[in-house]
Amino acid sequence: LQVDLWQPSSPFHMVRGTVADVRVPRDTTRSLLPYLQQANIPYTILISDLQQAIENQTGGRSHRNRRSLSGYDYEVYHSLEEIEDWMHYLNRTYSDLVHMFSVGKSYEGRPLYVLKLGKRSRPYKKAVWIDCGIHAREWIGPAFCQWFVKEALQTYQTDPDMRRMLTQLYFYIMPVFNVDGYHFSWTNDRFWRKTRSKNMRFHCHGVDANRNWKVKWCDEGASLHPCDDTYCGPFPESEPEVKAVAHFLRKHRKQIKAYLSFHAYAQMLLYPYSYKYATIPNFNCVESAAYNAVNALQSAYGVRYRYGPASSTLYVSSGSSMDWAYKNGIPYAFAFELRDTGHFGFLLPETLIKPTCTETMLAVKNITLHLLKKCH
Amino acid sequence: QDIDDVGHKYCLELELEDVLDKGRTVSCTAEVLYHLGSSSCAPDVQVTVQGELRSTEGADEEFYNRIRSLEKELVAENIPDSHGNVPPELEPIHLLAWVASGYVSWQNSTENTQFHLAQVKHVKQVKRNDEDLQFDFVLLLHEMVSQEVLPWQVTLLWHPQRGARVSQ
Repeated sequence: LQVDLWQPSSPFHMVRGTVADVRVPRDTTRSLLPYLQQANIPYTILISDLQQAIENQTGGRSHRNRRSLSGYDYEVYHSLEEIEDWMHYLNRTYSDLVHMFSVGKSYEGRPLYVLKLGKRSRPYKKAVWIDCGIHAREWIGPAFCQWFVKEALQTYQTDPDMRRMLTQLYFYIMPVFNVDGYHFSWTNDRFWRKTRSKNMRFHCHGVDANRNWKVKWCDEGASLHPCDDTYCGPFPESEPEVKAVAHFLRKHRKQIKAYLSFHAYAQMLLYPYSYKYATIPNFNCVESAAYNAVNALQSAYGVRYRYGPASSTLYVSSGSSMDWAYKNGIPYAFAFELRDTGHFGFLLPETLIKPTCTETMLAVKNITLHLLKKCH
Repeated sequence: QDIDDVGHKYCLELELEDVLDKGRTVSCTAEVLYHLGSSSCAPDVQVTVQGELRSTEGADEEFYNRIRSLEKELVAENIPDSHGNVPPELEPIHLLAWVASGYVSWQNSTENTQFHLAQVKHVKQVKRNDEDLQFDFVLLLHEMVSQEVLPWQVTLLWHPQRGARVSQ
């Protein structure tokens, strides 16, 4: 008969006349209790159902898994499993507005899920693509993607702007682009950035998924060394995640009118080019969209974002998804660098998720409505 | 300003914001000289603060006495934690880590780097015979251009009146 001794810490400390506490599986009680009675050992049952006691105590935490839109906590960071469960739940519950599908598989074999949001109001609708979490450690990105979906579903009936957006457009939302990296940042290394592909020659893993796109690939601002955090990969679209999304975007290039990618941190709204210092052809449209978006964002809490071409506002980099999307014919290609500017950096506290997402929503809605006004 | 055979000099006008008292700002000017062939040598920095910094005497004394009266040396890790939380009693350690990270940034800065403290990976207090507090840090610094997050070991000495010094 085996028991789990809770008190004292070792059988050697068990002495006549003292108390011992043990835990047994339920079936074992059928043999244990009669034994104790026969041996004249008095006993009391302190906890009759340990599982229940644990669930009662951790009741506050179960909000992470509760299956209702209003029960899901959008103000905490969620693991990959939680986010996937959440997507499945929305897919089942809001089937008139949400369609969940996969564009492929990650290096480690995980599905690459995308949510298609919008009313099936007319046969052909333009679309906006939004991805979050290209870089694993930028947790506020996926948090914002989830927030966006929540806002869309919760307010499209009451908010005329959101209603217009979901009626006239489809939104493709990819809450976690770099699923393997995101998972790794939860389990192993909070500051992991790249994918998790294995390298043939070096012991280092991963490729910078924002240097792996086929646009001036591996020129300035990217590294050829597999151990570097800006490693561009062995060749463009070497990463299955990048290849899968590129394939999807190519296929739908006529439909998709805006590409929005969410990163952290720097508080910036960036547009092409990253790989060179030059002005894009539709500069006037894009610049005014950015200007208005940044003002809208600031109206929430006074937080200031810088904006401009990525090369001069942030730094020169090549092989980025934003530049690729633009080259592929998507007229509005933006990359957001969300809060903050370095005080917490990647470790943005959960208490700041709500203000960050609230202000960012204003910017995204602003860009979308600008898009609908046909300045391309 | 390019100074031939010496390096590049930058003249800056800055506004400092008190992290613990947002809205409270102080102006300062700085001159930074990056030496030619820069990577071996830290830039020269001269700073003038215009105005007064808030007095923190009370909080300093309280923290100093609290640490001095600890029976076991303070040890902590992952500040903030993965979700951005800092226990209130470790907030002063977090701030001292910022000071230490400033030293590391300065020593390793070039015109092509931008450092931020990503996280205090580990901190260990070391008891001393003199009046200073000593903290041995392992700091994770994030460099913006290369995007690398790398660990740095720094030992910081601190005293309420004498302030912070990096120990070599």
